[in-house]
Amino acid sequence: MLKVEEQTPVVFSSELLAKFDEVITRYPADKTKSALLPLLHLVQAEFLWVSTSAMDQVADYLKIQPIEVYEVATFYSMYFLKPQGKYAMEVCRTGPCCLVGAEKILNHLESKLGVKEGEVTADGLFSFRGVECLAACGFGPVLQISPEYTFYENLTTESVDKLIEDLKNKI
Amino acid sequence: MSRKLLLEHINVPGINTLEVYRQKGGYRAVEKALKTLTPEEIVEEVKKSGLRGRGGAGFPTGMKWSFLAKPEGVARYLVCNADESEPGTFKDRYLMTHIPHALIEGMIVSSFALGAKVSYIYVRGEMMPQIRILEKAIAEAKAAGWLGKNILGTGYDLELYVQPGGGAYICGEETALLESLEGKRGNPRIKPPFPAIAGLYGCPTVVNNVESIAAVVPIINDGGDEYAKIGIGRSTGTKLISASGNLVKPGVYEIELGLPVEEFIYSDEYCGGIANGKKLKATVAGGSSVPILPANLTLKYANGEPRLMSYESLSEGGFATGTMLGSGGFIAFDEDQCIVRNTWNFARFYHHESCGQCSPCREGTGWMEKVLHKIEHGHGKMEDVDLLWDIQRKIEGNTICPLGDAAAWPVASAIRHFRDEFEWHIKEPIKSQQQNYGLANYANPIAKAEEVKNPN
Repeated sequence: MLKVEEQTPVVFSSELLAKFDEVITRYPADKTKSALLPLLHLVQAEFLWVSTSAMDQVADYLKIQPIEVYEVATFYSMYFLKPQGKYAMEVCRTGPCCLVGAEKILNHLESKLGVKEGEVTADGLFSFRGVECLAACGFGPVLQISPEYTFYENLTTESVDKLIEDLKNKI
Repeated sequence: MSRKLLLEHINVPGINTLEVYRQKGGYRAVEKALKTLTPEEIVEEVKKSGLRGRGGAGFPTGMKWSFLAKPEGVARYLVCNADESEPGTFKDRYLMTHIPHALIEGMIVSSFALGAKVSYIYVRGEMMPQIRILEKAIAEAKAAGWLGKNILGTGYDLELYVQPGGGAYICGEETALLESLEGKRGNPRIKPPFPAIAGLYGCPTVVNNVESIAAVVPIINDGGDEYAKIGIGRSTGTKLISASGNLVKPGVYEIELGLPVEEFIYSDEYCGGIANGKKLKATVAGGSSVPILPANLTLKYANGEPRLMSYESLSEGGFATGTMLGSGGFIAFDEDQCIVRNTWNFARFYHHESCGQCSPCREGTGWMEKVLHKIEHGHGKMEDVDLLWDIQRKIEGNTICPLGDAAAWPVASAIRHFRDEFEWHIKEPIKSQQQNYGLANYANPIAKAEEVKNPN
C-alpha cells in the first residue's frame, strides 16, 4: 500500500454515489455494511485502484470505521492498493493452466511489456500479474483485464501479442 | 447418448434470453411449485431425488434444507454459492454464462421451498461478465413477473440480488461466504451454530452451490423419483464435470453418475483421450483438493475392477487407493507432466488462499510450499519428503474449516503414490532440472502387478 501522504485525495462523482445508493437497497436497512465489497469494486472501476482517500470516503458513506474498510480491501486479492496500468492483465497461474502453458504466457508478457510482474509500463497502459485459479481451466491459458474483466481464453504467445497491439491501437 | 438435464439446450441460439428459455420449457418448475406444491412438498421431492451438494462436499441437499430453523418472525435466507474457485472446476461459470435462467429458476423454486423473501447469489468477483449476465437475466425475469411482489398472483414475494466477491478461494466455504456477504474478511466461522440455525445476519440460512440449485428445476418438473432413477446407488442424477489438462477435448460435460472413468477420458462423446497422442500419467478427479491418483488407480480399483464416475466409486479404497468426486473438477496429466512441480503449484495456491485464522494452516501451507519449491528446484534432501508428510498430517483435521484438509490431501497423495518421483528429484538434482521423470510405472496394472505383464 502507498503511504497515505503520497496519495492525492479523490472526489466521488454524483454518478458514482448514485450507484452506491442503488447498491445499499439490496440489504436490510441496518446491514448496509454488506455493500462494502460491491462499493469497492465500483470505486476501483472508476479510479482503477483503491486509495486510502477512497476507502475513507466509503467508510463515511457506510457509517463504519475506516479500519473496517482497510481490513477488507487488504484481505481480498482483487483490490489494487496501488495504481495499475490502464489495462491490468491477470494471468491464471494455477495447476491446470500450467499444464497447458500458463508459465510461458507469464514469461512472454514480462519480455513483451519490458516490466516485471506488478510494475506498470512507462506509457501507463499495461501492468500484469499472475493470479490464482480463474475457473476456466478447460480453456487455459487464460487472462482477464480489469476493470471490465474481459476474458481471453486458449492463449498463445501470438494471441497475446495481437491482444496487446489491439489495446494499444484502441486509444 | 446419456440424458442431459442441465445442458440439454446449451446449444440452442439465444438460450441465455428469457424468451428462448421459456420456449424450451423454462419456468415450468416455478409455475408448478408455486401453484400446486407446498414448500414442504418441494423439500420432500428434493429429498426423494437423492440430490447431493454439487459444490464438493456431497451432502444431501434435501436433508440440508430440512435442517433450516423456522422461528416465527425471523427472516430466512437462501444464498447461492457461485464462488467457484476450486482449481480444475469451471462448470458453474459455464452454466451461468450460457443458461443464466436455469439458476434463476432454481433460485425461485428453492427460495419458495425455504420461505426466503430475499435471496443472494454470491458470485466470485473475477466473474464480472457472469455478474452482468445474471443481473440482466434477473431484470428480464422481474419484468416478466417471475420475481418481485406477488409472483404469479400467489402472494409470494421474492427479491434476488447478485453479490460480487473480492477474490478469495476461502469464500467458497459457506461460513466464510456469509462473512464476506456481510462485508467482512472471509474468515470461516466456528460451527456450530450451523448456518441453518444462525447464518446470514444471524438468521437461518441455506447455502447451496449453483449446480445443486439448477438441479432442483428438473427435480420439480419430473419428480424426485424420476431424478433418482438416473445414476448409480446413492449417486443419483447427472453431474457437470469440468475436464481440463492434457485432454483432446477439455470442457464441461454433463454425465449420468456411474459412467466408467475410462469411457469419460477416452470416448469421443466426452474428452476424446489424451492430447497429442500422449499417455495418461495421473488425474485429479474432483478439483485440486482431492487426492491425486496415478493412471492405473484412476481407471481401476486396486483389485482390478473398473472405476466409475460416482461419489462412492471414486472414493473406493479410501485415501490409500481412491480419491473423491468433489466438485467434479477432472484434471488429466500426460506423461510429460511433473508431479512435484504440480504439487508445489497447488501448495502455493493453498498458501496464498489460507485466511490465516488457524496456525496449522497459516504456517503449514507456507512451509509446504517452501519445501516443495526446494525439491522442485533441485535443492531437496531425502528427509524433506518425510518432513512434508509430517507437516500435512499436522494440518489435516486441525483447522476450523476444510481448507486445511484441502491443502494437506494433495501433498499427502502425491507422496503416497509418487514418492519415487520426489526421490528422483532429490537424487538427480541436475537431471531433474533438464528432463522429467516421465510415465514410469504409473500406468501399469496394479492388481497382481508381478503376474501381469505390461502390454507396453
